Order: sequence, then C-alpha cells, then structure tokens
Amino acid sequence: MHTVIVGGGKLVYFLSRTFLAKGYQVTLVNRSEAECRWLARQSKATVVFGDGSDPRILQEAGAATAEAVLAATPNDEDNLVICQLASLRFGVPRTLALVNDPDNEATFQKLGVTTAFSTTHLVSSLIEQRAGFEEITAMTSVAEGKVNVTEVLVRPTSPVAGRALVDVQLPANSLIACILRDSEAIVPRGSTILNPMDRLIVITLPENHGQVLRALTGDDT
Amino acid sequence: MRTDKSLFVIVVGCGRLGVYLADRLSHEGHSVVVVDSDHAAFANLSTEYSGFKVEGDATELGVLKQAKISEADIVVGATHNDNVNLMIAQIARKIFNVPKVMARIFEPQREELCHTLGIATICPTTLAGDGILASVRGSSAPAPRES
Repeated sequence: MHTVIVGGGKLVYFLSRTFLAKGYQVTLVNRSEAECRWLARQSKATVVFGDGSDPRILQEAGAATAEAVLAATPNDEDNLVICQLASLRFGVPRTLALVNDPDNEATFQKLGVTTAFSTTHLVSSLIEQRAGFEEITAMTSVAEGKVNVTEVLVRPTSPVAGRALVDVQLPANSLIACILRDSEAIVPRGSTILNPMDRLIVITLPENHGQVLRALTGDDT
Repeated sequence: MRTDKSLFVIVVGCGRLGVYLADRLSHEGHSVVVVDSDHAAFANLSTEYSGFKVEGDATELGVLKQAKISEADIVVGATHNDNVNLMIAQIARKIFNVPKVMARIFEPQREELCHTLGIATICPTTLAGDGILASVRGSSAPAPRES
C-alpha cells in the first residue's frame, strides 16, 4: 500500500515509522526545508519538500498511485484542500484529515473527506470514558460513535466474577458479546459463568456506557 | 441577483481587498459583516463603514456562526490564504446554502479544484496576467475570462 502523509513533527515521523514497519510505501510531504532534511535523515520514507495543497507537489509525491492520503498539518484549511485535491484530482480512494476544531469533523466529511478526526475530540472522549476504569484495555467506537465496543477485565473483586451470565443484571441495550479466556474466544450463553481474569467484549451505547462498566467492575467512580 | 435590495454580505479577511469590498458595499447600503483574526486589521476600514466586525479565525465554525452565516446572501473569501478562502466558500455554499459565494485564489493551479467543487473564484494572478498580455498584444481591453 502506498500512503502519502502531509505534515511534520513527531506525529508524522512516528506514523511513517509504523507504516513502514508494516511494509507500506510511505511518502512524506512537508513545506519546511529544515524539517524535510530532519525527516529524510530519521525515516526511510521518501520525503518531498513543498506545499501539499499544491497539485504539483501532490503529483510529485505520487498521489496518483496512493491508496490513502493523510493530511496532518496544523491548519484545518490546508488539510481540507489536500484531501479534496487527492480525491478529486488524483482519484485517491481514502483521504484522512486531522482537524483542530472539533466542529470541523462533521463539516469535512460532508465536504468529501473520507475520515476526519479531531485530536480534541479523541482525547476528551478517552478521558471521559476511561477515567476511573483501569480494567478497561481497549475501546473503539463504531457507527460514527453510536456504539462502543469495549474490552473489560473481570477482576476477582468484580461483582460479576463467578456468576452465570443469566444472573448478571446489565442495563438495557447492552451486551456481553464475547468472552476471551485462555486465548480462546467464547460466545457466551445464559449459563456461561464469568470467571475472574476473563476479558469481556462488551457492546454499549454512549448513554449506558458508564452504567454498564460500573456494573461489571463494581467501581463507583 | 437583485441589486436594488439591501443584501447581507459577509467578507472574510480585512486586508486591502476585504477593506475595499466592505467599505464599498456598506456605502451602497448593504449590511456587511467583516471577519478577521487580527483586531488591528479593522483600523483600515473607513470611518463611514457602518457594518459589523467579528474578530476570530473564520476556519472555526463558531466564528462563522457568530457572523450569522446562515442568514447571508453573499459570502466572500478574501483572506491572503487560498485554502482558507476555499474552505470558507465551501462551508458557506454546502453547509449553510448561501446563495452566492466567491473565493479569491492567488494560485492558478488551485482554481481547477475550485471549479470542480463548484466554487466561483477570482484569481488576481490571471486577471493581472491576462490584462498585461492583452495590452502587450495591442488589444485595448483585457480578454474576458470564464470563471
């Protein structure tokens, strides 16, 4: 897969390193000559010096053959134009934009960017949803944030440890979809016992997320 | 568009072009809101300017809402940054359904994208270039250009 990343700093450097490790082809675009030199020294990615919102520079970066373009500059307007050029001019199938103003997330998607994500939004939702629940190890939102999928560890002190699923009272509109036990995945039935150290894959809605996690962990915070 | 009716115009960017437009439109009796991230830029408006001034970064949705973008008849992107102008024009056109939207774009290479996106542009570079070329070729008026 060929990915073009526009932007700079540690974020872009570590992203390029992650993608290269997965065997992707990565081209970095940056408009500071000094930063280009630094990136070229640090990373094995191809580095193109120039303004990523200029079609000539995107062409030089090989946007025409890229499967994805990620616009991660500090300016929302540049990220929008980079993604629109990539998709409309170069036919790139997936465009991703980093946005600073959380309100721009929805706007960018309406304007044709495949995925827009705001760091403000990500960090604030992580803090809100994870604070106080150290048993929770992974969480993703699907369907544009309407559904949460969370992995929860059953500690020996948990109120649900040792109980059958049928006896566990969970709020409406939530589900224990899967149990990970001894590196095996079990789809539970009502009679399945929740053992300590089981990892539960739990499906919740944003409105009952906190209640469900409290019911499973016994944590009052 | 009727010109005898008073229009509500938002001018984003209070540089030379923004000031020129805001002063003229205000003088002609239209309601004008001028937006700029730098408060000092408003000092260039004429003393007769009777419109509103909104201080803020227009790429922030909240700032455009504060300028009452949903009620605007015309939005003009007149900052010195092409991408800001193009982004504001699209938000005005596609999110808030503003009837008439224009973006000033300096880089001719970027105009093609604007037209693909259905945004009307004014490119000072090609305007000046075409004017000069027309005069070099001995023609009296600059050739009209399709937007």
